[in-house]
Amino acid sequence: MSVVPDTTTKVTFTDNNTKFNQSGVQYIINPYDELSLTRALEITEAQGGSVTAIHVGLADSEASIRKALAIGAQEAVRINAEPKDAYFVAEQIAAYAQGQGFDLILTGRESIDYNGGLVGGILAEMLGIPYINVVTKIDVNNGVVEAIRDIDGGRETVKAALPCAASAQKDLTEPRIPNMRGIMAARTKPLQVVEPSANNAGSTYAQYELPPAKGAVKLIDPNNAGELMSILHNEAKVI
Amino acid sequence: MSVIIFAESSEGKFKKAVYEAVGYGKKLASQMGAQAIAVCASDVLPDEAELASLGQYGADKVVSVKLDAPRPAAMGDALAQVATAENAQVVIISNNYTGKSVSPVVAVKLKASVASGVVSMADTSNGFRVRKSVFSGKAFADVDMTSAVKVLAITPNSFSIEAGGSAAAVSSFAYAAGGNAYKVERVAIDQVKGKIPLTEAELVVSGGRGMKGPENWGMIEELAGLLGAATACSKPVSDMDWRPHEEHVGQTGITIKPNLYIAVGISGAIQHLAGVSSSKVIVAINKDPEAPFFKVADYGIVGDAFEVLPKLIEAAKSLKAAQ
Ligand SMILES: Cc1cc2nc3c(=O)[nH]c(=O)nc-3n(C[C@H](O)[C@H](O)[C@H](O)COP(=O)(O)OP(=O)(O)OC[C@H]3O[C@@H](n4cnc5c(N)ncnc54)[C@H](O)[C@@H]3O)c2cc1C
Ligand SMILES: Nc1ncnc2c1ncn2[C@@H]1O[C@H](COP(=O)(O)O)[C@@H](O)[C@H]1O
Repeated sequence: MSVVPDTTTKVTFTDNNTKFNQSGVQYIINPYDELSLTRALEITEAQGGSVTAIHVGLADSEASIRKALAIGAQEAVRINAEPKDAYFVAEQIAAYAQGQGFDLILTGRESIDYNGGLVGGILAEMLGIPYINVVTKIDVNNGVVEAIRDIDGGRETVKAALPCAASAQKDLTEPRIPNMRGIMAARTKPLQVVEPSANNAGSTYAQYELPPAKGAVKLIDPNNAGELMSILHNEAKVI
Repeated sequence: MSVIIFAESSEGKFKKAVYEAVGYGKKLASQMGAQAIAVCASDVLPDEAELASLGQYGADKVVSVKLDAPRPAAMGDALAQVATAENAQVVIISNNYTGKSVSPVVAVKLKASVASGVVSMADTSNGFRVRKSVFSGKAFADVDMTSAVKVLAITPNSFSIEAGGSAAAVSSFAYAAGGNAYKVERVAIDQVKGKIPLTEAELVVSGGRGMKGPENWGMIEELAGLLGAATACSKPVSDMDWRPHEEHVGQTGITIKPNLYIAVGISGAIQHLAGVSSSKVIVAINKDPEAPFFKVADYGIVGDAFEVLPKLIEAAKSLKAAQ
């Protein structure tokens, strides 16, 4: 799971536009990862097994990791490294997962901050397991995963054998909210911190830029709304 | 040296995104003094003429790879094998749903770093730098890529199509099918026919909660139909099942970048704008003059959607008749 700025965050940068300005920013579990966590809980509640939440990041993400434990994960692991890029993050998780054994890995379809949409796919390929991207439904029966995933202009139903990885799309399930009992229980659940396996990232974020500010809106008289069409045709030249 | 471009085919035809990618690849290849090679890996390969036609959009040559099933992971694996055979420096993939499943595979096979959501030509004057959108369109980041091979997943609708070249030579590549990772079996496919997929649409008409109920979407669809636009919606609209979830745009939906985005009865919450603010021209139609959408719109109509839409439909009909 990744930890991202709350969706209402007004994005700004500091240090000559080289760093994201974290001041006043609330961090949350990436919304798609809340879905994959909840679905993982539903699957293990029905089929047995346990759920481990894994995060690659520094200690400041621990509040969000505790939240994952409060929602219901049995244990959590934080790999103590700055998440440099998707390849780096996937490599860390792959190294950990290989050592532990697993049946199913669920990620989100993308983190809403850097919008890579890459970690799940890279991770699966590193582990040599099937990957089902952007799933709106996933079930596991007798070691077989059946899922519905979004494709361009439609959807596809697919099957694969465990072990398998998939990424959550909206509508996968309703995210659970931690309750009081969960929050209490989370305090004593194991949150293991492991050190990263050495490696280098192949990309770095050099600088950022905000999109150019828009000019003032041109208002069109609602009684003469049809005029919009000729403006779009003659002036904006988009239709 | 070469730049490989993934040419996705669907039922034996290429989509617009492929022409954009080929144009991008050609430009980059010229910049690097390399060859632009389009690779089509598919279970239903286009015919020879269709494959060769990629030359008109910039491909120096075209390589086809016959797959036994429509699996993105196998496409990625095949692409990586061709890239290795052709000593590729860069692999270009459109960042649509297929591309999002293909690029991670290519990256791992070639130990390449990936930039996804790329919106600029790579700057190769000093290293290798590309611009990508981050924070769901709220900002851009310039990424320096240092791995020997790079994978660029480019944003659809961001690059122009350059037509005019001549047909390219086509050869086929014998793909050695990969292992266990590719055993995802298609059980069924449900593809909307005759409708423009949102991510590929140049024009989009979108409705929000101000449309009051699913029964009123006829007007949105009629206007979209007249313009040749796709339809989209805000999150609450898809949450309430007024519209299918694949139409939901925004921070937790799809990010789109059409030439025209018409928002009807959508307030313009920050999470919604995150998915649409890079549209080239934005029109907001809202009865509330204070609606935040007017702050980012190029054109606005303050009025009741139920009065404005019929007028727009009439005007679109006349415009169409005049063309
Ligand atoms: C974590 C999180 C993620 C989110 N992600 C997304 C996302 O990806 N996409 C998204 O869209 N939202 C998202 N949201 C929700 C977002 O905050 C807004 O609630 C949502 O965009 C509002 O949808 P709306 O504009 O359709 O509805 P409303 O905010 O209810 O606005 C309806 C608008 O219609 C206007 N109106 C009403 N009647 C008429 C009429 N007759 N004619 C003309 N105008 C009329 C009103 O003036 C109003 O401006 C997210 C929220 C959270 C917390
Ligand atoms: N730092 C991280 N630690 C753990 N999981 C992550 C991390 N970053 C991304 N992921 C997972 O990978 C998914 C896709 O992320 P991304 O490729 O960054 O868009 C997310 O939804 C998470 O499930």
